[in-house]
Amino acid sequence: MPVLVEAERLEKSFGPIVAVDGISLSVKKGEVLGFLGPNGAGKSTTMKMITGFLEPDRGRTRICGLDVEESPKEAKAKLGYLPEGAPLYGEMTPRAFLTFVAEVRGYRGADVKSRLALAVERTGLGSVLEQRIETLSKGFKRRVGIAQAILHDPPVLVMDEPTDGLDPNQKHHVRELIREMATEKAIIVSTHILEEVEAVCTRAVIINKGRIVADGTAEDLMRRVPYHGAVAIRVASERARAVISVLEQHEEVTRVETVSEAAGRTHLRAIPVDGKAIATGVASLLRDKALAVDELFVERGRLDDVFRDITTSEQDSNHA
Amino acid sequence: MPSSLETAAIIAKREFAAYFATPLASVFLTIFVAATGAFAFYIGGFFDRGQANLHSFFAYHPWLYLLLVPAVAMRLWAEERKSGTIELLMTLPISPWEAILGKFAAAWAFVGLALVLTFPIWITVNLLGDPDNGVILASYLGSFLMAGAFLAIGSFVSALTKNQVIAFILAATICFLFVMSGVELVQNTLRAWTPGVVAQAVSSMSFLTHFEHITRGVVALPSIVFFLSLIAFALFANVIAVDQRKAA
Repeated sequence: MPVLVEAERLEKSFGPIVAVDGISLSVKKGEVLGFLGPNGAGKSTTMKMITGFLEPDRGRTRICGLDVEESPKEAKAKLGYLPEGAPLYGEMTPRAFLTFVAEVRGYRGADVKSRLALAVERTGLGSVLEQRIETLSKGFKRRVGIAQAILHDPPVLVMDEPTDGLDPNQKHHVRELIREMATEKAIIVSTHILEEVEAVCTRAVIINKGRIVADGTAEDLMRRVPYHGAVAIRVASERARAVISVLEQHEEVTRVETVSEAAGRTHLRAIPVDGKAIATGVASLLRDKALAVDELFVERGRLDDVFRDITTSEQDSNHA
Repeated sequence: MPSSLETAAIIAKREFAAYFATPLASVFLTIFVAATGAFAFYIGGFFDRGQANLHSFFAYHPWLYLLLVPAVAMRLWAEERKSGTIELLMTLPISPWEAILGKFAAAWAFVGLALVLTFPIWITVNLLGDPDNGVILASYLGSFLMAGAFLAIGSFVSALTKNQVIAFILAATICFLFVMSGVELVQNTLRAWTPGVVAQAVSSMSFLTHFEHITRGVVALPSIVFFLSLIAFALFANVIAVDQRKAA
């Protein structure tokens, strides 16, 4: 798949504050890149540079092979962008606003109508087309912003916190939309909602203090969690000792921890060697030994933990 | 991809419509037409003069513009920056020049419309006497050009701030200096303290003097060139201001 977005060592300072400190990214067609980081990490600044709104102090960005600074109009023609907070001209109606965007993007006459129809259908704006944007609900405003970004069916889509402030249904709708478009575009979505990464992104990049601190699939990132892939077992306390001794002989189990013990039930956790998938092995082993357990499930790492782990450990090391 | 002029025209169309989306347009047009009339008839003594011309009408335009034109220009960029729509606008395939020209053209057309709406006074003077309509037309054009200069300065200043009130006050102040630079009071003070060249240079920037040249129908060309170059210069500064400050 061709690489559609290529950012090389972007740097940007505002006075003494270094907002972005050497970020490089590349996004291929079909990829949805989740751009994560705590507030103030430099997400928005990076996106503003990628979309050509801000000139980087150093580094460059190419959209579909076009340098954003050398041929800005051509590059921007390939790009759809939803800025943070989806700013819009409040005094316009969605129809007037989208018509304006379509005309600026070079569509005329019947093409404007068909482009509008498609974007309106995809974002479900039909019922509010003639209302002033400032009177619309937050969810509809966001949809107008998204409609504006996808109007010209761009190969590259950049969205800064597209679901921020939306209710769960609206979030779901936006994610569906992103998933629908994912195969034929390169998409960058910034967020600090981690469930979003698991829901829509094929890859996640975590930045902190203007630098990339992690890059991989959601699965890759979760492997960093200490208990990722561990098998949790709940068993009657009188059988706990037997279970522990059986599991500790299993070659793919590093160790077994006792997490808690209450009301005659013990909660154990078997940690695998190198994050291997051990659930099936453990289950059949226990069955062979005729050790009945109440419950057995695989613990999945939570992205929240990875995020906190990465972004706070970084801070600590900076303080040291 | 559309040409630069096309893009500027699309932006101008949107901006022009934006004036009418708020009460600003009706308030401005009403006050402009009422005030120009009131100045001409009451303060300018249109009837007492007993002359079939519109000198008393045009004479007050620089002073009216001082108050009203910065009000038209103040929102051009300050509002975009405040609401964040500048990010939307400048990530569309639009160059800063196209955006600035489009916005300026819309504001200029709006003031032009206000001028056109003063036509009853032209009808009045033609009913009462036999004025030189060539001079009146030249005066209208001169007034329009001067409004353009006020607007270009206002548009530039508007790009320097997110605050429309600051944009208004700054633009009005700068325009006031341009208007006043030809007044005897300022000139006498300058002559007393500086070499004659300085006083002359300042005086040559005077809106009043240039506007008078055009309305009196004498040596109009240099004054037309003056206003046009001032517009070009202010818009050039506007491009730099938008580029430098859009993210701040």
